Formats: sequence, C-alpha cells, structure tokens
Amino acid sequence: MKYKSQKVAYWFFALAMLLLALQIVYGFIMGFARVGHDVLHDFIPFNTARAVHTNLLVVWLLTGFMGAAYYIIPEEAEEELVSVKLAYVQLISLAIVGVVAIAGYHFNYWEGRKFLEIPRPLDYLVVINVLLFLGLILATLFKSRKRTTTSLVLTMGLVFAALLYLPGMIWFDNQSVDAFFRWWVVHLWVEGVWELILGGILSFLLIKLTGVDREVIEKWLYVIVGLTFISGILGTGHHYYFIGTGKTWLIIGGIFSALEPLAFLGMVLFAVAMYRKGEKKHPNKLALSWTIGTAIVAFVGAGLLGFAHTLPQVNLYTHGTLVTAMHGHLAFWGAYAMIVLAFISYAMPNLTGRKLYETSRGSYAFWLSNIGMLGMTAAFGVAGVAQVYLERKMGMDFGDVQNEIKVHFVVLILCATMFATGITLYILEFIRYGRPTDEALEVPPQRAAIS
Amino acid sequence: MLTKSSARIFFLGGTIVTFVIFIGLSWHTLSRDVPQKTHEENITPAVIAGKHLWENNNCMGCHTIMGEGGYYAPELTKVVERRGEAYIKAVLSSKTPWQPRGRKMVAYGFNEKETQDLIAFLKWVGETDLNGFPPKPKYKSTLNTK
Ligand code: HEC
Ligand code: HEM
Ligand code: HEM
Ligand SMILES: [Fe+2]
Repeated sequence: MKYKSQKVAYWFFALAMLLLALQIVYGFIMGFARVGHDVLHDFIPFNTARAVHTNLLVVWLLTGFMGAAYYIIPEEAEEELVSVKLAYVQLISLAIVGVVAIAGYHFNYWEGRKFLEIPRPLDYLVVINVLLFLGLILATLFKSRKRTTTSLVLTMGLVFAALLYLPGMIWFDNQSVDAFFRWWVVHLWVEGVWELILGGILSFLLIKLTGVDREVIEKWLYVIVGLTFISGILGTGHHYYFIGTGKTWLIIGGIFSALEPLAFLGMVLFAVAMYRKGEKKHPNKLALSWTIGTAIVAFVGAGLLGFAHTLPQVNLYTHGTLVTAMHGHLAFWGAYAMIVLAFISYAMPNLTGRKLYETSRGSYAFWLSNIGMLGMTAAFGVAGVAQVYLERKMGMDFGDVQNEIKVHFVVLILCATMFATGITLYILEFIRYGRPTDEALEVPPQRAAIS
Repeated sequence: MLTKSSARIFFLGGTIVTFVIFIGLSWHTLSRDVPQKTHEENITPAVIAGKHLWENNNCMGCHTIMGEGGYYAPELTKVVERRGEAYIKAVLSSKTPWQPRGRKMVAYGFNEKETQDLIAFLKWVGETDLNGFPPKPKYKSTLNTK
C-alpha cells in the first residue's frame, strides 16, 4: 500500500464478504426447495430467496468493485483520495440501502423484474450513492496529472455502469418494452461495461503481479475492451429473439453474440501470455492463481457456456430453462466473483502488512470453491439439458419434468457444500489478516520495488 | 506490430459504430415491430392492472414469461391456451398454496377483479407474436396428463 486512503478499501471488502456469505445461505434455501424441502415457504418463498440471492450477488460484486477502485485509483493517480470521510459515508449508506432492499423482499416490497427488483424509491438512493462514489473517484483522478489507461478503463466502466442503471428504472405498460430495456441494464452490464471494470482490474493485477511492462499490458487491454463492445453491444440481440421484437435480431443477435467469446478468449491469452512473459514474479502466489483463474473460468463460463445457447436455433429450446442457470452461475463466478476475490487476495497483504502469500488454507479455498462451482455448473447443466428434451421436445408437463430431474439438485447441494466450504475458508483467511494499518505503508525508497 | 494508439482507435471506433447501429435498430424495433407484434392496441386498463399485480408480487421470481424469470415454476406465456381460464382462476384465488405437482406457489387468494386482471394480462401475453416461442413439442407425450 502506498497511500493511506487506500485503507478504506478494506471495509468495502469486509462488507462484500458478509454479503457473499448471505448470498450462499439463500442459494441453499432454493436448492433445498427444489428437492422438496421448501420448509421456509411461509417466510421465504422461492421468489424472495431468488431475489435476495441475485441481488446480494450484484451488490457484493459492486461493493468489491468499489473497494478495488478505492485501492487502485490512488495508486494509479499517485494521489490520496479526495475524501476518506465521504468514502465511509458512501459505504455505510450503500450498506443501509442494501439491507433495507433485502429486508423489503421478505415483505413483498419489490418491483418484480428479474435482477432489478429494487423498488423505485430505493433506486433513487442507489443513484445518489453511486454518484457520490463516482464523484470521489473522478475528483481524485482530476486532481492528479497522471491518468493511466488502466485507471481510465476502470473509471469508464464504472461511469457507464451507473448510466446504464437508469433505463431499468422506467415503467412501461408493454411487457415487451419492459423486457427490452431490462436488458440494457442486465446484458449491457455483464457483457459490456462490467467487462471494462474486469479488464481494468485484471490489467492492474497483471502489471503488479507479473512485472510486465505497462505499455504492453495496456495495449492489449484496449484490444480486449474493443472486442467486448464491438460484439457485446449488438450482441444484446440474443435477448431479443423471443420477446415480441422483430426477426432482424435473430440474425444480428446471433452473429454478434457468437463473437462475444472472443473478448474472453482474448483475456485468457493475454493473462497467460503475461504470466509467461513476466520475469519479476510477485511472491503473492494465491493472488496470481485467482487472477489467472478468473481469465480461464470466465472464458469457460461466459464464453463457452454462453456460446452453447446463444444461437437462435438453440436458444428457442433453452430460453428460460435451467441451461441458463448453468451458464449464469459459472459466468458470474468466473468473470466477476473471482476477479473480486483475486483483488482481495492481492490487496490484503498490502493493506495489513501480513504476508500470508501461500497458506494451505488459502489454496484449499481456491480449489474447493472452484471445483465445487464446476460441479454445481454440471448439475445445473444436466438438469437443464434433460429439461429441454423432456419439456420442450417431448411435450411433458413442466411439473412432471421437474420431478424427474430432482436428483440433479441433490448433486447440486453436494457440490454447493464443497463450494461453500471453500468460501468459508476464504472468509476465515480474510479475518485472519486483521485490520489495515498505516504500518503497512511502503516507505518511498522501496517504491521502486514491485508491490 | 499493433501500437497502443491504434488499439485505442479500434476500441473507440468500434464502440461508436456498433453503438449507433444498436440505437438505430432499437428505435426501429420500439416504434414499428413491438407495437405490431404485441398488438399494443389490445393493452387495456385490465391488462395494465394485471401487469401491476404481476410485478408487485414478483411472479417472475418463480415463473418465466416470454422465457424470462425464475425456473422454479411453469412458463406462463401460453398458460391460458394450455389450462383455460377456470383453472387459472382456481390457482390465483386459492387460499392455500397451490401444489398439485408438489411444488408450492404462494397462496395469494386474489379477489375476483384481481384474478380477472391477471388473466387479461396473461391472455394478452399469450397472443403476442414471439417468433415461435415457446416451441411446439415434436411429440405429444403420454405423460402430459394433468
Ligand atoms: C413461490 C413461487 C411462486 C410464485 C411467487 C408464484 N407462483 Fe404461480 N406457480 C408456482 C408453482 C410451483 C406452480 C405449479 C404448481 C403445480 O402445478 O404443482 C404455479 C402455477 C401457476 C399457474 C398455473 C400454471 C400451470 O401451467 O399449471 C399460474 C397461472 C400461476 N402459477 C400464476 C402465478 C401468478 C400470476 C403469480 C404472481 C401473482 C404467481 N403464479 C406467483 C409457483 C409460484
Ligand atoms: C461474464 C459475462 C456473463 C455473465 C455474468 C452472464 C450471465 C448471464 C445471466 C445471469 C443470464 C440470465 C439473465 C436473465 O435471464 O435475466 C444470462 C443469459 C444469457 N447469456 Fe450470459 N452471461 C455472460 C456472458 C455471456 C456471453 C459471452 C454469451 C454468449 C456468447 C452469453 C449468452 C447468454 C444467452 C444467450 C442468455 C439468454 C438465455 C436465455 O434465453 O434464457 N452470456 N447470462
Ligand atoms: C451454495 C451455492 C449456491 C446455490 C445452492 C445456488 C442455487 C441457485 C438456485 C437454485 C437458483 C435459482 C434457479 C431457478 O430459478 O430455479 C440460483 C440463481 C442464481 N444464482 Fe445461485 N446458487 C449458489 C451460489 C451462487 C453463486 C456463488 C453465484 C455467483 C457467482 C450465483 C449466481 C446465481 C445467479 C446469477 C442466478 C440467477 C440465474 C438466472 O436467472 O439465470 N449463485 N442459484
Ligand atoms: Fe447477454
């Protein structure tokens, strides 16, 4: 750590860990409901559990991104954050809005649009909160004369993510139009601007961990985010096949979304090439595993499994089935959950001064969570493919099909247990690091060394 | 070899071009295709009231509609055609969790008007042109009993 204000990142990470743990609890509630143990139905029906599960996911990821930004921006801009106090205000208000929203879902207080369940009045608070966050980041950048590509790409991602939240707040009488704009948020986030955030963080980590020249890394960063937008913007069309829109989208969406995996392929090649090329290897091996792991699992989960159902001929049958859940889990895990965990693994030793670089608990956390998530993906996948054939091809009734595929959810729960064990170890390791301290500040002469 | 500034031009240029095309296509879709394919003239106050109920109760957290939503409960785009209005009325007005096939729905116990509004909404959805979704099964399964 080079700047005192970077310490604020720690508290964002701590909140992210807490929300991740809660997200998993709600995942289990749904898993058990699906094998017939819907015991909490009267208090937490499936739709509540689902809204909480997915919203907690989005909120802990955003919290992680914010923490990462508060760490990265001062270091890249070579300037303290303009106001640490306001950053704490932002964190606390974010936590409060989040808790109120999540609590509301238990009392039928929501908007009922998948992923965007937060009710309107709270939306405005989210907007204010995000404006405060962006204000702090932008003011810090403007104060400094140093603007690196990495910090610009990261900031651009954050600004666009905020802008794209707005179309999701408009009400339409027509369900098709509602769905149309819902994707401006959901799709253009995960297959657009969030990839900028991902790319920015990845590039920062690779610069720090591999010691490869910044110019080389940032050039490839541009190529990757270029590929992302060129394929991803028109790729939104893969959600416009069957929602009351024209047939043009079948062609446009099909072609451009089929190109989307290229950006993720680019990321793997880039990360692995930089890893091979790097000479001054950083001793933080765990952070490196998570970083390279992010690129690989994102490619599999988003790139390959996304491609598997993106062509209209396939999507006609898989649309809105458990095949989508299979892809959703591995894509979110690989691309966004892992990058946040990678960043936390990198930042914690620097924030706290405790160099727990290669602990066995840390590597168990990595392997158990990843293997567990792969198993969960397989369970969802097998259930999804069976569902597609039985329900969509054979014409069996939905409920009968679900009873047939129940067994795969037993497998899901077993794998989820392994996954949750890995996450528990990760969180224990996080706790073991303790609090950030000014003693962990690097003194200027050491700045030349890689940190 | 590719330079950093040409990489930047690739990024900015590509983004602007695809973005402009995207906005153009979206405009066309929303102004021409959607009103036609969804029979916008049929969106009556009852349909709108039904949509409000649909959203305020987050039915999408369990069910899919137009293939979007949760995967826990039946896809409802063609439910009026599949089950008929009387069946749906029984589901929506039930005072105990509806669960003939084992999984529980929330017991909403909707009144007559609410039920009619929701049915109007589901009926309207069922009549939209979704480019062939949901697909017609290849076979008519014998298991399709209830
Ligand atoms: C907790 C999850 C859940 C929620 C929330 C929910 N449903 Fe259901 N619903 C179900 C399940 C499960 C079934 C199938 C029950 C069975 O057939 O055993 C069902 C069945 C139905 C059916 C009959 C479908 C068929 O093909 O048999 C209709 C219509 C329906 N629900 C409408 C609604 C509406 C409208 C709402 C919102 C006001 C809603 N549901 C909210 C779980 C839910
Ligand atoms: C990190 C990136 C990605 C994440 C986090 C992600 C996540 C998701 C999620 C959560 C959904 C369900 C959305 C909903 O129904 O509301 C979804 C749907 C979908 N994704 Fe992705 N995705 C990513 C990248 C991709 C890519 C690159 C492709 C294509 C190559 C793709 C193809 C699809 C398709 C076709 C659907 C629609 C499924 C359906 O019809 O039900 N995704 N994705
Ligand atoms: C213990 C672990 C977990 C379990 C048991 C679990 C289970 C589930 C279940 C049952 C659903 C609902 C599917 C449906 O509608 O029927 C769901 C949705 C979802 N979960 Fe998880 N989950 C877990 C962890 C995670 C993690 C770690 C992530 C992200 C990295 C995640 C991301 C999602 C997403 C994005 C959806 C929405 C999918 C969609 O709409 O297509 N889950 N989860
Ligand atoms: Fe998408």
